[in-house]
Amino acid sequence: MATESRPTPAISAARPRLVSESLDAWFGERHAVRDVSLTVIEGSVLAIIGPSGCGKSTFLRCLNRMHETVPTARVSGRVLLDGRDIYARGVNAIAVRKHVGMVFQRPTPFPTMSIRDNVAAGLRAVGAHLSRRETDEIVEGALRRTALWDEVKDRLHASALALSGGQQQRLCIARALATSPRVLLLDEPTASLDPASTQSVEQLIRELRGDVTIVIVTHNMQQAARISDRTAFFLLGELVEVAPTETLFTTPADDRTEAYITGRFG
Amino acid sequence: MAGMARESQRQRAGGMTAATVQRPSARQRAVSERTRRGLGRRRAVNAAMLGLLALAAVIAVLPLIFILTYLLVRGAGSLDLNFFTHMPEPVGEAGGGMANAIAGTMIIIVIAAAFGLPIGVGAGIYLAEHRGTWLANTVRFLSDVLNGLPSIVMGIFAWQFLVRPVGHFSALSGGVALGVMMIPMIARTTEEMVRVVPVSLREAALALGYARWRTGLTIVLRTASAGIVTGALVALARVAGETAPLLFTAFGNQFWSTSITQPIAALPLQIFSYAISPYDDWHRLAWAGALVLIALILVISIVARVATRARFNTGSGD
Repeated sequence: MATESRPTPAISAARPRLVSESLDAWFGERHAVRDVSLTVIEGSVLAIIGPSGCGKSTFLRCLNRMHETVPTARVSGRVLLDGRDIYARGVNAIAVRKHVGMVFQRPTPFPTMSIRDNVAAGLRAVGAHLSRRETDEIVEGALRRTALWDEVKDRLHASALALSGGQQQRLCIARALATSPRVLLLDEPTASLDPASTQSVEQLIRELRGDVTIVIVTHNMQQAARISDRTAFFLLGELVEVAPTETLFTTPADDRTEAYITGRFG
Repeated sequence: MAGMARESQRQRAGGMTAATVQRPSARQRAVSERTRRGLGRRRAVNAAMLGLLALAAVIAVLPLIFILTYLLVRGAGSLDLNFFTHMPEPVGEAGGGMANAIAGTMIIIVIAAAFGLPIGVGAGIYLAEHRGTWLANTVRFLSDVLNGLPSIVMGIFAWQFLVRPVGHFSALSGGVALGVMMIPMIARTTEEMVRVVPVSLREAALALGYARWRTGLTIVLRTASAGIVTGALVALARVAGETAPLLFTAFGNQFWSTSITQPIAALPLQIFSYAISPYDDWHRLAWAGALVLIALILVISIVARVATRARFNTGSGD
């Protein structure tokens, strides 16, 4: 398994970056996430797997307070980012999102902006007063990290829509990285991509590992196995099991996990 | 004799399989024959119908072609530089133009846009963002009603509330009357354009730490802006030629005036008053004025088309 090829971080020594404590989330009357307590370790990749409608995306959207942007949505419980509860009274959701970046299932480049402006879009929202040169440097850095620089450096001022789907998705990751978030949330980032683009995004996640804390929702178990340090299995809104990826896929502790990963349902 | 018998025998023997498998029965032959005849008739009907539709399509644009040619024939002769730079001359004097009316129409259009654009766009954004609420449904319905309001009614309304209290006609009241007519058109276009901006774009901006207002302004509105501009231009083109509301408001002016608090000349008004006059000179100027007015509206419409095309070239890559 892919996880063998690299050292698994020593979990006991590692620092928790993001911790959810007894998190519940609702859409109106529907109880989508039930009492989830989960720890994401600094610099690691956590994959969340589970069948459709198991609440994994909703859980992810609770981690940067995006869930509450949907009408009738409700959250209870705590989410600690470096020890501070993002749902505490007086904490601004917008401030939280500046520290917790997110990339969605479909690439979402801003159609009216150039490639450069797309990457710089978050910087402006953060309120950083940067000179043109500083912005250019950050844009280049973000594009290099996502391996896009060589592909787009000659057309930074072209429309972002001119890029392919895979490039657009890497652009969105670059846009999220430009503001140096503490955590990057990926909501099925390869679901709408072809195999080659999927591979490039996975490669990118592997390279960011250690550097950026990543939580990725995927319904592709092979993908979870390839790129994550730890994997969490969700079912019917509950966290069934979370374990180092290799353990979860070889010797799951819960029967339901085993049933799912061996393909008996889902 | 013998040959024929042999022939028929061979047919019978060899035809065993053909008769049972390949050769269609009498009934099938009849059906296929009917189908073939039916097909011929259907083709004929189809061609006839297509022809009728094409004819209707041609007739639909025929009036425009006819009007344009006729205007060119009648108006182009009187159209010279003087028409754009000179004031109207008294009857009997040669030359003279409609400089004041052209300037007046421009001023009224600017007032109308300044009044109708912000309110229309604002209302459209509200309708898109708060669809389903009682207020939004009511506003949407009423704006559709307003869209169908006869322009003469709009004129009387503007006269009652903008001219009478002040005591005299003014460019401002004319611009506002046209602006009010633009509001429902702009509001509905804006609503549609804002609505087609994907939710995913909004979410992407929010996830980047954009505040709601900033998302609306820099992402949603900017993405929708090309479409909104097109809608605004179409609305502008539609009201630019309106005459009835201006009769009671801008009123017209034989002299040069750019004051928005005074009566002002406008192309449609000038055309109207010249066309109903008994003088041939003025009739010719009216034709020329009509040509200029149509050209103005055509230009606005073409700009709107170009803006739309630009939108679809850059905005369709999802």
